Amino acid sequence: MTVQGWTFLFVACTFGLYLFVAWRARVRDTGGFYVAGRGVPAIANGIATAADWMSAASFLSMAGLISFMGYAGGVYLMGWTGGFVLLALLLAPYLRKSGRFTVPEFVGDRFESQTARLVALLCALFISFTYVAGQMRGVGIVFARFLEVDVTAGVAIGMAIVFVYATLGGMKGITYTQVAQYWVLIIAFLIPVVAISWQLTGQPVPQLGMGSELTSSGQRLLTTLDQIHSDLGFSSYTEPFTGSWDKVNVFCTALALMAGTAGLPHVIVRFYTVKNVQAARWSGFWAIFFIAILYLTAPATAAFSRYYVFESLHGKTEQQLPEWFQTWEKTGLVVWLDDGDGKVAYHGEDQAEKNEVFRRGGLGHFELNFVQDQHREWLSSAGAAGADGRVELRKKGLSGPDRDIMVLAMPEMAGLAAWIIALVAAGGLAAALSTASGLLLVISSSLVHDLYYRMIRPTASERERLRLSRVAIGFAVVIAGLFGIYPPGFVAQVVAFAFGLAASSFFPVLVLGIFSVRVGTVPAVLGMVCGIGFTASYILSTVFFGGDKWCFGIRPEGIGAVGMAVNFAVAGLLTPLCRGPSSAAREMVAQIRAPEEAGPPPAAH
Amino acid sequence: MLSASDRVAAAHQRHWRRNVRLSLSLLVVWAGVSLGCGVLFADGLNAYMFLGQPLGFWFAQQGAVITFVLLILIYALAMGRLDRRLQAELLQLQQEQDA
Repeated sequence: MTVQGWTFLFVACTFGLYLFVAWRARVRDTGGFYVAGRGVPAIANGIATAADWMSAASFLSMAGLISFMGYAGGVYLMGWTGGFVLLALLLAPYLRKSGRFTVPEFVGDRFESQTARLVALLCALFISFTYVAGQMRGVGIVFARFLEVDVTAGVAIGMAIVFVYATLGGMKGITYTQVAQYWVLIIAFLIPVVAISWQLTGQPVPQLGMGSELTSSGQRLLTTLDQIHSDLGFSSYTEPFTGSWDKVNVFCTALALMAGTAGLPHVIVRFYTVKNVQAARWSGFWAIFFIAILYLTAPATAAFSRYYVFESLHGKTEQQLPEWFQTWEKTGLVVWLDDGDGKVAYHGEDQAEKNEVFRRGGLGHFELNFVQDQHREWLSSAGAAGADGRVELRKKGLSGPDRDIMVLAMPEMAGLAAWIIALVAAGGLAAALSTASGLLLVISSSLVHDLYYRMIRPTASERERLRLSRVAIGFAVVIAGLFGIYPPGFVAQVVAFAFGLAASSFFPVLVLGIFSVRVGTVPAVLGMVCGIGFTASYILSTVFFGGDKWCFGIRPEGIGAVGMAVNFAVAGLLTPLCRGPSSAAREMVAQIRAPEEAGPPPAAH
Repeated sequence: MLSASDRVAAAHQRHWRRNVRLSLSLLVVWAGVSLGCGVLFADGLNAYMFLGQPLGFWFAQQGAVITFVLLILIYALAMGRLDRRLQAELLQLQQEQDA
């Protein structure tokens, strides 16, 4: 059977499974719809959290990023999992204890301010939408490459599936579907890496394999990579602080990702679905355990695929190029512009003028074809006509293949069986869909619970809210799908900054709300506004208006760490000057700090 | 002699202080391993090898994540113990009051 046949089979089977699970878990009340009736066991909730957490970015992009960044790729590993520690230790148990459904609800009640609620609500919506757009793009890539259907049709199918199981089962349906999706994605991620580790180093455990010697040369894999990198003008794979990633930037970016991840609304909401605080803590442990299985393997995937890229491309002639290169070349995610010697040359930033491997980036098919045609003309006329495409693409910053293809292409690079390649496609879809469904639920609950019920019409009945929630999900699915089909140019850039925005707004205000009884409305709201205002304006000025990185040369990805400090500082300085929280808010803090059995049961909704 | 309600409040206070102390010490390890060994001292640690990988690189790509899993495990276990300790203290107060 061909790869395409296997992919059809796996995708159809897994989609059928998701729908079946959702049908078994369908719900009829808002409690079940938003928090699964608070009856999900800790392990199941941990697995679902892991699936929710690990987006298309974790599955498809992260290993690719590490592969190209080497040591500095560790900021994503440390940032995303380290944020989970902050979440599990500082936020989750207390938010669970507070009995508030959503982050805006907690912020609004703790700081007794509709303004605070609205600011938090807008942040939650903004983060969720940018994030969900990224998931839909992931769905589009997998469909376009493996099923060779149109991206539009692929996104539409993905949207329809998510819509059915999210509206049918709400949080309960989503939770149990995510459990199924976790197993699909983790198996799909592990099988190819184990096979490749075995093939390259004779060591089946990939984490050990990446530190072992290659069976072909007897030299350590990482030493080999460092050597290739220095020969071909890339900065070292294992040495830290090379190129643009100096110590300040690695530090700030890791910190911004950590604090930003802790503030992600779709993950926080997962801790409401278990029955008590004790279960929330254990579900935090299970979640990081199941996340770590993928996160500890991704660096190995990265190192192996890095090795294969050089192995199979550099110095090869047209006839020697592997099949995966040709299939991905069609998508423009990898492009070869020869210098006339008929051999591929893949070089890094220090020997950029010799590099012949590029990617399409944001260029349309027409623009890319134009560059390629010009290049062909330039070659055949020996420079008399046309234009050197390598110079054009280098100027646009499009050197090297697209990072997103590494995970999907690796099984092909290693020549693994067709069914394994297809399995990876199904895993990528599982990762994208599980995260998208969690986000859609947050969007729906933000709109219906926080905005409509808590701010506009507090008298709305249960039935009415449930109906509206389903409408809101449908609405959100359509918008997210449109983002996936017509990705606005800014989306990809914005997703990278969503963490910085969350770090500078949500995280400090939540920590202060729980760990301080003195911080009142004004310091909290102003802290949030200053933090996110500083971060957003720095990102806007450096990325979109091409300004200087005036703040210690910190990259816009890492500025959230500074924004967070601004938020804490503003709130801390204003607290002695402003009115403290009312006695009701103080009581709320005392209540969330006390262990469960001692305090009153969480407020019913 | 403190009143019964004051003593209950004091027990809750103690529980909260222990909770904060536990969380803070775990966070010190959290920062030390990830931002410390994985970033600030990574260049120095890379002089040593561990499992065939330079140590600073290993901390950034493996060691930090492994530590995080352990930290959350310790937190869940230790908080369970603190909660049970508070319950025992409260139960004792209750019994003294009854007697």
